[in-house]
Amino acid sequence: MTRKFLMGNEAVALGAFHARAKRGTGYPGTPSSEILDVFNRLGGAAAWAPNEKVAAEVALGVAFAGTRAFVTMKHVGLNVAADVLFTAAYSGVDGALVFVVADDPGMASSQNEQDTARYAVAAGVPLLEPADSQDAYDFTRLAFAVSERWKIPVLIKLTTRVCHSGTVVVPRPEDAEAPVAKFNRDIKSHVMVPGHARPAHRQLRKKLAEIAEWNIKEGPNRRIEGCGDLGIITAGVAFAHAKEAAPDAAFYKVGMSYPLPMKNLIEFCNDMKRAVVIEENDPCMRDAILAAGGNLSHVSEEMRFGELNVHRIRGLLSDDTPEVQPVPSGKPPGLCAGCPHDRVFRILKQNDCIVAGDIGCYTLAALPPLEAMDTQICMGASIGMGLGLRHALPEKDARRVVSVIGDSTFVHSGLTGLAEMAYNVPKTGHVLLILDNGTTAMTGQQEHPGTGRTLDAEPASQLDYAKVAKAMNIPNVFVFDVVKEKDAFEQALKNALAKNELTVIIARRPCVLAAARLGAQKKPKGGAL
Amino acid sequence: MNDRTINVRIAGLGGMGVLRSSLILAELAFRNGLDVKKSEVHGMAQRGGSVCSDVRFGVAVGSPMIPSGEVNYLILMEEADLPLYQMDLSADATVFTASQIPLTRLATKRALNIAMLGLLSSELDFSQDAWRDVIHDYLPPKIHAANDDAFALGRAIAQGEKQ
Ligand SMILES: Cc1ncc(C[n+]2csc(CCOP(=O)(O)OP(=O)(O)O)c2C)c(N)n1
Ligand code: SF4
Repeated sequence: MTRKFLMGNEAVALGAFHARAKRGTGYPGTPSSEILDVFNRLGGAAAWAPNEKVAAEVALGVAFAGTRAFVTMKHVGLNVAADVLFTAAYSGVDGALVFVVADDPGMASSQNEQDTARYAVAAGVPLLEPADSQDAYDFTRLAFAVSERWKIPVLIKLTTRVCHSGTVVVPRPEDAEAPVAKFNRDIKSHVMVPGHARPAHRQLRKKLAEIAEWNIKEGPNRRIEGCGDLGIITAGVAFAHAKEAAPDAAFYKVGMSYPLPMKNLIEFCNDMKRAVVIEENDPCMRDAILAAGGNLSHVSEEMRFGELNVHRIRGLLSDDTPEVQPVPSGKPPGLCAGCPHDRVFRILKQNDCIVAGDIGCYTLAALPPLEAMDTQICMGASIGMGLGLRHALPEKDARRVVSVIGDSTFVHSGLTGLAEMAYNVPKTGHVLLILDNGTTAMTGQQEHPGTGRTLDAEPASQLDYAKVAKAMNIPNVFVFDVVKEKDAFEQALKNALAKNELTVIIARRPCVLAAARLGAQKKPKGGAL
Repeated sequence: MNDRTINVRIAGLGGMGVLRSSLILAELAFRNGLDVKKSEVHGMAQRGGSVCSDVRFGVAVGSPMIPSGEVNYLILMEEADLPLYQMDLSADATVFTASQIPLTRLATKRALNIAMLGLLSSELDFSQDAWRDVIHDYLPPKIHAANDDAFALGRAIAQGEKQ
């Protein structure tokens, strides 16, 4: 096959396509968002779900039907989908199920730098860590094979530098057809009541032991001999950096990092004068190797902060007191000119509101010049936290609290917050603003259940936020165009803050970038990469 | 081309076409049979913040990110950002800046990124035809002519300066 130049995300999509995945699902999140779009463009069946948990459930359903599915998300998305992952590990799958999860060491665009590798250990599912686009392609294909062979969900951990780096890929011929979907009544495996889950847990550990044996003998790991005293155990993109930083060192490049090929790693340590683990984020491999009695030299704790690169690894290996790297601060991003969020936050600021915020483009309103958002933790938190502030603050301040959430975020995890708002009402009532810009702007303008269009721009049912609020018995529900009806919007907000009642205001105005893009043509399907 | 890896960094603000021009450069090197790695951080790019993209090509490239002190060519579309990248330059690095291109001579200022690839092209061994083919494959046909002119302008300016 001819070689291609692909971004990691494109390589995952091509790998899934060549593995004949029947369906790809997911929820957008940088740096994972392009995978489903590319899979769709190649001709695969891809769809955005309201959130990662639902996406994982859909994919698990496909895998219970005996065929191949994958689900994509960013690292924090797995917090939302974790409930599915942990018990799907017990139930196993009839076909194949692959979780593609993208970490963001260094937090280029995330609220934390949690390490997905911990989830593999906690849930007990195999973990593959690609280092570049070739690995991303190969490991995606392998993930489906491992999942199908052992009937277990498999995790692929990507990182920002794998997702968004382009490297050369040589693809392999496609798989023959995927297994045909059919319903297999298997209540013992598919219904995780305690009586079924107890043996399922033992079964899971047995599968993992077998996979560990396989990983030792024929796993996607590579030992490279060196010509010095140093041996480096590494995984993911850290391999590419480390190989350049220490070209003479011996390497053990781990491809499947859970369950680890421990016997090979201990041998490698024993063969070296000095062996170290270089890994981004949490010291997962290091701790496991030390616990198994491996002989490792110390590397500074600095390693777990931020992204690694050649320069940092040179410092870590020479055991210089590693300098704390100043994060170069160029021009910070800001809201686009004419962004509707800007209007809303100016009004909130003028009215001296305490803003329980959420995640999306509008989070930029927390930074100068606006500085008009007071909290942001995770998707959906604006509603619950706003309610908490209302419950606890003295009345005068409680009245100033407004929860502000984007439309995609509202569908993702605001619906349950709204149910809480209707159910446990603060004494001063509460005010929720839903910023309906008709898109998931932050991550590149994806569709969602409130836009009325599917991933491939086909018309779809459109969630009506006002009707939802009314169905949840919110007494005051308004919809305003924040540009054309700016004054009416501000007046309604003032009235709502003065009352001891619940109010939901839908601030509607399209994102200026999405509006421009919608004019553009629908992407053709079945294109080549 | 010798065995050495060539490291090019393209930097600017979101919306200036940094990612597009780095894609064109990487694809060009790829089509010439070289090993290529390209790396950038998306996400905030579209909202006007500082963005940069690294393109490395040669016989065998290691890390996708250019190590500090090894940038051979810096294409700087936003000159105020020079301090962000200065410490990453090699001792003999060449810096191309937007001020080398007279904006009045571009059909549209959106072609600045391609004009700056024209500057860079004078330093690399790729043929003009190869450049043109990739540029045409990565830009919509209705702006080919404007970008061909921009590329030629950049190349002529760099060659003039070299003499
Ligand atoms: C659990 C989780 N999934 C995904 C993300 C990435 N993400 C951050 S905000 C956001 C949605 C933003 O859309 P919206 O709420 O409509 O606001 P907008 O950007 O359009 O203003 C996404 C997908 C995240 N931070 N956490
Ligand atoms: S992309 Fe849309 S929502 Fe985001 S800042 Fe720009 S206009 Fe506002």
